[in-house]
Amino acid sequence: MAERGERAKNALIQLLLAANAVVMLYPLLVMLLSAFKSNGEIFANPFALPAAPNLDNLRHIWGETNFVGYLANSLMVTTASVGGIVVFATMAAYALARYPFRFSAAVFLFFLSGLMVPLKLAIIPLFIEFDVLHLVDTRLGLVLIYIAMGLPSAVFIMTGFLRTLPGELEESGRIEGASEARIMLSIMLPLARPAMIIAAIQNAVPIWNDFFFPLVFITSDARKTLPQGLTVFMGEYNTDWGVLFAGLTLSALPITLVYIALSRQFIAGMTQGAVK
Amino acid sequence: MSGAGGRARTSRLWLAFLLAPGLVVMTMFVVWPLLSAFRYAFYGFHGLVPAGFVGLANFRDVLFAAPFSAMTLRAFEHNLIVFAALMAGQNGLAYLIAFALLKTLPGHRLHQVIIFLPVVLSAVIVGFLWQLFLNPLFGLVNQALLLAGIQGPPWLGDSTTALGSLIFTNAWHWIGFPALIFLAGMQRISRETLEAARLDGANDRALLRRIIWPLVAPSTTIVVVLTFIGSFNWFELPYIMTGLNGDPGGATDVLGLYFYRTAFGGVSSGLQDFGHGSALAVLMFLFIASVSAIVLRVLRRREIEA
Repeated sequence: MAERGERAKNALIQLLLAANAVVMLYPLLVMLLSAFKSNGEIFANPFALPAAPNLDNLRHIWGETNFVGYLANSLMVTTASVGGIVVFATMAAYALARYPFRFSAAVFLFFLSGLMVPLKLAIIPLFIEFDVLHLVDTRLGLVLIYIAMGLPSAVFIMTGFLRTLPGELEESGRIEGASEARIMLSIMLPLARPAMIIAAIQNAVPIWNDFFFPLVFITSDARKTLPQGLTVFMGEYNTDWGVLFAGLTLSALPITLVYIALSRQFIAGMTQGAVK
Repeated sequence: MSGAGGRARTSRLWLAFLLAPGLVVMTMFVVWPLLSAFRYAFYGFHGLVPAGFVGLANFRDVLFAAPFSAMTLRAFEHNLIVFAALMAGQNGLAYLIAFALLKTLPGHRLHQVIIFLPVVLSAVIVGFLWQLFLNPLFGLVNQALLLAGIQGPPWLGDSTTALGSLIFTNAWHWIGFPALIFLAGMQRISRETLEAARLDGANDRALLRRIIWPLVAPSTTIVVVLTFIGSFNWFELPYIMTGLNGDPGGATDVLGLYFYRTAFGGVSSGLQDFGHGSALAVLMFLFIASVSAIVLRVLRRREIEA
């Protein structure tokens, strides 16, 4: 009796979860399907499958807008920023975790001070500073801000991880006469790869998606990133919904594909970053 | 040559080499700008140049003087509504979804991947997508309502539904995040604890309220603090969906939009006002930092008691 009640309840929960999955996926499915429809078809049959799927909308976005340029900029900025974060954070964390020195605790706290700070609120001084340094409307400027924003949590994660590595490893290297740099690069860092991947994913997603800093700093179309570029053609084609859905689909595609391939790492990286 | 001395010298240089890049970038692009924000709030500006100390005048203006004070208050109220609605709606539902996933019914892993998918998308994509869906005539939502014989409102164009529509879109975008944080918290509770409660005759409702709720306290702390910070930094979604003025008629104006308009100029006037903008930024920073610190302290104490 209790058994049957339990089973009925589980079936109900399963049903509710399925409904929730539809709510989460259906909008994305409509976005994808509408990219292959003509404008008239979207307005007349919003729920139907494309009657005669055509690639006109996608071709339009790819060929007649600066989409490829925006994509290249996003790739460049994200790669450089994540690379910078991982390299600089690993260097600093290695010093903090593996060498005792006098101001070690203070330096660690200095890095952590940026952990919860919404840097958006410092946009005015950043703008004045960028103006002086001629970083306004440059991709380098974005990269520097993103590195600065990513360092606190990356230093925190990397320091915690590097502290757990056993000291015998470096000692044996020293006895064999290896330099400190060689010990770090060939013995210790290969072991720290999992923590580096977490730090990289945790930063790559928000940087790839960021809209606020490009909005403030980037003015030339040739340097715009993907989220910012999206606002350009959403404004330009605002009556042609087929093209709009195609633009949204193409913009969502790169990160969606990477996410589907690496969903476990993405979820771990992004939630662990919050949980610490 | 003394080996120890040489070693100490190389290691000091080596340490400096390791620490310098990170410290320089942090100082230049986080610490210095933040400290400067506090200083600039006490200055008047000519364009980009500070033009004289004005004491607390900027703060007085944004808090008590027209036309700032009314906008400040309205935006602040909207942020409060957003926070409360996301806590109750988005995070409440996320808690229930996490509990459903804890039962490890068939497909629970796939469900985790699905609800987290919108989380990895940019707010710009999500905002535009739902703007199209919420279109009064051709949008998916009203077309679906029409099938049921209901004429839906112009969701984003009506001041009574606009903010709610934004909150719904935000919840759709982010719900996977609190859900999976709660789930991780629930998975840390030992099987024996849950089994023992079941044997004592606890049903799901009792389990959720008396056993799981106190034991996921650390997850709750994170969710509450991050939702609070996120709600009071809200910018991208309203900017994309209802514009820099928080249309219609300021019904979706929030502090993020208002701060941006004040600092860099609105749609109609391109006038920069860095003095008042800095004062707003400082007030928002102090509010967010102090409330987060208090909430964190209160909730951490609750974790220990549980």
